[in-house]
Amino acid sequence: MSAFFSALGAGFVFGIGLWLSGMANPQKVLGFLDITGAWDASLMLVMGGAVAVTAVAFRLVLKRPAPLFEKRFFIPLLRSIDFPLLAGAALFGIGWGIGGYCPGPALTALSSLSAETIVFVIAMIAGGLLQRLLFPKVSA
Amino acid sequence: MHDFTPISALIGGALIGLASVWLLAANGRIAGVSSILHGMFTLREPQWRAWFIAGLLFAGLAWQGFGGAVPQREGFPLGWVAAAGLLVGFGTRMGGGCTSGHGVCGLGRLSVRSLAAVVTFMATGMISAYGMRHVLGVAS
Repeated sequence: MSAFFSALGAGFVFGIGLWLSGMANPQKVLGFLDITGAWDASLMLVMGGAVAVTAVAFRLVLKRPAPLFEKRFFIPLLRSIDFPLLAGAALFGIGWGIGGYCPGPALTALSSLSAETIVFVIAMIAGGLLQRLLFPKVSA
Repeated sequence: MHDFTPISALIGGALIGLASVWLLAANGRIAGVSSILHGMFTLREPQWRAWFIAGLLFAGLAWQGFGGAVPQREGFPLGWVAAAGLLVGFGTRMGGGCTSGHGVCGLGRLSVRSLAAVVTFMATGMISAYGMRHVLGVAS
């Protein structure tokens, strides 16, 4: 049970970070992605601030034998730079640039129950299922 | 430079990083929101994923409850929102991650594979945002 409350707390802090940083505002995200307009570089600092924390702390955490509430760490083992990775990332980027939403911000913004967040999240889930259905073997 | 908000971007980013460290240290999991979401629908240990997503939603409610700004955009066609959602869902499933999994966590682990994904989705995201605004002229 403590593992579930821990996941809840991590999701909560993650979500507050998304709101505070401006990531949950799709127009701010598009103001960053559109480098030809009145470019807003803020989101570069969001990624910079986040990676500065993970790059240092992940090393320390992974020196421990196991996480607090599980028997082991679940770390991706894939290292290859292959077609599914690049094609998938390219398609994701196109969708991100259209709407200004990536998955985390879309989910935390869903709490506003605006028409656009509801449509986006349903379509995002459908897109994932479609990928699984059409190309069950082509995924990273 | 337009709407540049470096302080809230850095603090928000650091919170996102801290939440990712928390999920790894306590639950042994990578805070990749797209993988957390897609995994729920393949029923791969759905409970902790659901708790994390509930945390994201609670963060949105708390943010609004404490009077945080929730920008609404008007007149952005829902058809484009749906297309964006489909691409984001399909692409993140195929490429095995999004801004959080490949970005915040992958870069934090110094993964070259994740770096390749980040460079790819940033590039297509910028091209797509440019195309939407300046070629197709869709207001966002």
